[in-house]
Amino acid sequence: MTRTLRAIPTLLRVGVAETVAYRAEFLIWILTTTLPLVMLALWTSVASERAFRSYSSEDFVAYYLAVLIVRNLTGTWVAWQVSEDVRMGSMSMRLLRPLHPFVAYAASHLAAVPFRSLVVLPIAGVLLLSSGASSLTREPVQLALIVPSLALAWLITFSLLFALGALAFFITKAMALLNLYFMTFSLFSGYLLPQDLLPGWIARAAAVLPFRYMLGVPVELMTRAHAPGEVRNLMLGQLAWAAVSLVVALRVWRLGVRRYEAVGG
Amino acid sequence: MIRTRELTKHFRVHKRPPGFRSAVRSLFHRQYEVVKAVDGVSFTIERGERVGFLGPNGAGKTTTLKVLSGLLHPTSGEAMVEDHVPARRQTELLQKITLVMGQKSQLIWDLPPADTYELNRAVFDVPRRQYQETLAELTQLLELGPLLHKPTRQLSLGERMKCELAAALLHRPTTLFLDEPTIGLDVAMQLAIRDFVRTYNQRHEATVLLTSHYMDDVVALCPRIIVIDAGKLIHDGDLRGLVKAMDPDKRVSFTLTQPIGDDELGKVGALLQRDGARVTVRVPEREIPAAVGHLLRELRVADLAIEDPPLEEILREMFGKAKQERAPAEPGQQP
Repeated sequence: MTRTLRAIPTLLRVGVAETVAYRAEFLIWILTTTLPLVMLALWTSVASERAFRSYSSEDFVAYYLAVLIVRNLTGTWVAWQVSEDVRMGSMSMRLLRPLHPFVAYAASHLAAVPFRSLVVLPIAGVLLLSSGASSLTREPVQLALIVPSLALAWLITFSLLFALGALAFFITKAMALLNLYFMTFSLFSGYLLPQDLLPGWIARAAAVLPFRYMLGVPVELMTRAHAPGEVRNLMLGQLAWAAVSLVVALRVWRLGVRRYEAVGG
Repeated sequence: MIRTRELTKHFRVHKRPPGFRSAVRSLFHRQYEVVKAVDGVSFTIERGERVGFLGPNGAGKTTTLKVLSGLLHPTSGEAMVEDHVPARRQTELLQKITLVMGQKSQLIWDLPPADTYELNRAVFDVPRRQYQETLAELTQLLELGPLLHKPTRQLSLGERMKCELAAALLHRPTTLFLDEPTIGLDVAMQLAIRDFVRTYNQRHEATVLLTSHYMDDVVALCPRIIVIDAGKLIHDGDLRGLVKAMDPDKRVSFTLTQPIGDDELGKVGALLQRDGARVTVRVPEREIPAAVGHLLRELRVADLAIEDPPLEEILREMFGKAKQERAPAEPGQQP
């Protein structure tokens, strides 16, 4: 454990170097996370004359820009990476190092976060402050919990996608599942619509699924005033899902790595 | 030390005949077959030994190396490396071993090798002073100086292989699994890598298990060889012993200085090759003195050389025999 902690600064440093090396890939990745801007244009148009349910035009601006920010900070392509490494046999080189691949991937993805956000976040920040500032939360407790909530959202997202990638140990084309995942995530996380605009059964399902805790919770902490009890429940929900998803990720990995065939070479 | 006892590794492989109909049928009904990649292999290698691991393609060499380095879990049997069970991939073991695969890279493709080295230093927890000493030693032995700060993708195959070796050895492993470390390299680079492996083995008393399709690598580096075919061990012993057992005759090569017919040459030994004035004949070992005397005195040949049969020839014969013996027993198996 101490050895792993000692290695982390170097892992982050190399992660930054890798990120800088793949500039074009990151630009494309950033473009793929701009769906909230489309939703923003759509819903501000709907609410331009009068509020849609409880959402004014400014509320939609604030909501979707917050979604864009959270998605940029917590989104990850680790599923694709793990799955390709398993399928092509390059996982072998990672397995020969005395460091759990979960930690290695996590460090390299964390190192990329500031760079991934470099383009979108300043724009989103400026827009948010100029057009949606009135809809941002001013609750000190909620403001203080934004960063921990983002960290937990990142951990849940990373762990579940790591587990999804590790399914490649069991099925060759695990990435077919990624489309299913993204569809479910978009529906239940608040990526397409705020939780309180979702139809009844979807909202009820969203409350017990992990997706809201991967995106909706930090967005809500930024944009909606919640009662203290509700805030506590949301944070406890995030903590619980973070623990569950971490256990799931490590369990799938442990079971899967026994089946690794180390193809190639 | 490396030890295996009745080690087996089987793979379940999806089997489908070609064609559209069988593709559709395989959607609903899949057929699998079990491929015995490693089938009851036992050997022991002591610390500091250099052992060549030989066999035709698909014989199970790489699979065995992957089991020994902890990448694959064996189906049955036992494997121990440096007193650890490799499949558990304990840190203490991973810090003592390395696996170099000629066709798989651990270098980060878009960064210079120096970045991968730094990453390995941190991950293997190598003290900085030891790291600097080792890197200096490897840089000198492998002439890495100009390569350390060039992006890996811009290195030639030979340069990359040298950098791979350095990355694999920075933590000073005491057990080296080398799988085709000289594949695709030119002769000069092959020689450089061979020299380096020998020096590393002597300097660190490291155990080396090497597979290579270049028999020169094996002959130059490995006093002992283990041969497997179709997953089964068919020879374990010293190289000379194998050659003697399989083909005790010597190869005598010489250059003719006057025209001599094949009939006359046939009296010296079985004619194997005649390329202009250069001739190679096969002569039983006990007849060598007489044959050499005759060649030098009567036929007045020049540039005479006596050699063991090439290892390639021995192995070809060996694998051919093994295949014939296997054929009636296992008609369906295809490794």
